[in-house]
Amino acid sequence: MVLANFFEDVGKYVLLMKKVLSFPQKWSTAFRQYINEVQKLGFDSIGIVIIISFFIGAVIVVQIALNMDNGFLPRYTVGFVSREIIVLEFSSSIMSLILAGKVGSNIASEIGTMRVTEQIDALEIMGVNSANYLILPKIVALMTFIPILVVLSMVLGLLGGYFVCHFTHIVPVADFEYGIQSFFKPFYVWYSIIKSICFGAIISSVSAFFGYYVEGGSLEVGKASTNAVVISSVLILISDLVLTNLMMQ
Amino acid sequence: MIEAKHIIKSFGERTVLNDIDALFEAGKTNLIIGRSGSGKTVLLKNLVGLYRPDSGEILYNGRDITKMRINEVKTLRREVGMLFQGSALFDSMTVFENVFFPLEMFSDLTRKEKIKRTEFCLERVQLKDAGHRYPSEISGGMMKRAAIARAIALNPKYLFCDEPNSGLDPQTSIVIDDLIHDITLEYNMTTVINTHDMNSVMNIGDKIIFISQGKKEWEGIKDDLMQSENQELNDFIFASDLFKKVKRAEALNLLK
Repeated sequence: MVLANFFEDVGKYVLLMKKVLSFPQKWSTAFRQYINEVQKLGFDSIGIVIIISFFIGAVIVVQIALNMDNGFLPRYTVGFVSREIIVLEFSSSIMSLILAGKVGSNIASEIGTMRVTEQIDALEIMGVNSANYLILPKIVALMTFIPILVVLSMVLGLLGGYFVCHFTHIVPVADFEYGIQSFFKPFYVWYSIIKSICFGAIISSVSAFFGYYVEGGSLEVGKASTNAVVISSVLILISDLVLTNLMMQ
Repeated sequence: MIEAKHIIKSFGERTVLNDIDALFEAGKTNLIIGRSGSGKTVLLKNLVGLYRPDSGEILYNGRDITKMRINEVKTLRREVGMLFQGSALFDSMTVFENVFFPLEMFSDLTRKEKIKRTEFCLERVQLKDAGHRYPSEISGGMMKRAAIARAIALNPKYLFCDEPNSGLDPQTSIVIDDLIHDITLEYNMTTVINTHDMNSVMNIGDKIIFISQGKKEWEGIKDDLMQSENQELNDFIFASDLFKKVKRAEALNLLK
């Protein structure tokens, strides 16, 4: 039964994406929707990205400095390890998990509310492809803006580490600066960006799927929102593992 | 004209519409009446193509919507306007933008003409001054009028209304009923209204279809309604507030 439901949901998701991934009926309207979504899903997430990245970056440096108190390890290792953690995993995967909570619940509840208040039916009655009109701009907006958030998160995370070194002297600033420049591979940034684009597609499409098929009232919209966050997060973790194996080996 | 032939619709084991035949005439307000849960909304959603019947035909001037491809249904829907129970105005748009939206998506008019048409529709429903307001900032009656303005923006041939008076006070209900009736005559539309409000039936019903437990029990014109011998219909009519008031008034007159 559970397996049957799972395959039914997968089938519904594929059919929904078939409706979503078609040419917009009116390009000018779709472009305006895209700009609105970039504002709502992207720009409005900058604040949370700044705060979390800065402080987690600072905490990563403190934790590594405290746990690598070995005379045989050079102090610049703290900067090097912090950079690798921030660039490879934190700014892409962990930040996407956080965005799944913020953006995913926003998308699911917005579309879900439109469903239960018959606004989606109203679009369909007019002859509008509601899935394409509502969901495509969200997917494209998040996929195109999430790399900006990831790069911002990397910069802010390292800046947080720099500040903690500067003010607490837990690691000499010069060692930290040397560490974050050591053995740098630009591909790691691209790897992170490519991962985040995939995560952006997962967050927006999965959340939209849960919102689009809501049946009932406000209680069901809440449940759909929660499911959207949980399933998006699980899929992000699974795809992180798959992409890491594919791209880093 | 819309013709429904032998419509059957089930959800799982439960048959909601059982062999419904009905004719909805052009230039008339056709009312589907019945108790809550009788299948009115399901019938309306089948007529408009939001649900697909398990069997039967729904003919729009001879074109069967149940056999159309998705693109053909979309083209047909440009001839359809619908007023939803909760108005279904887009929250993120102002009243003006709501009415402008179908024109922007599907009309070949110039931008200036579209704006003019939007203003005309808003004026027709006496909402010209509320164009800049959002749905959350206007009353239920105004929302219904805005939804009517949006429904008529593309000059539809068919208008569907799902419980247009739900949640409205009796006076506003009369305003909405009259507006729908006037617009039907003005545009010679085929209007189908789904209601359980007997005030609406007596006020604007040209043709009435009574359904109960998914079956059509009675079909006719308003004047024949009182002569019906269908027990279910009579129970429905005389359980309504309108007739309770009439009975009470008669009783008071008798006492005097």
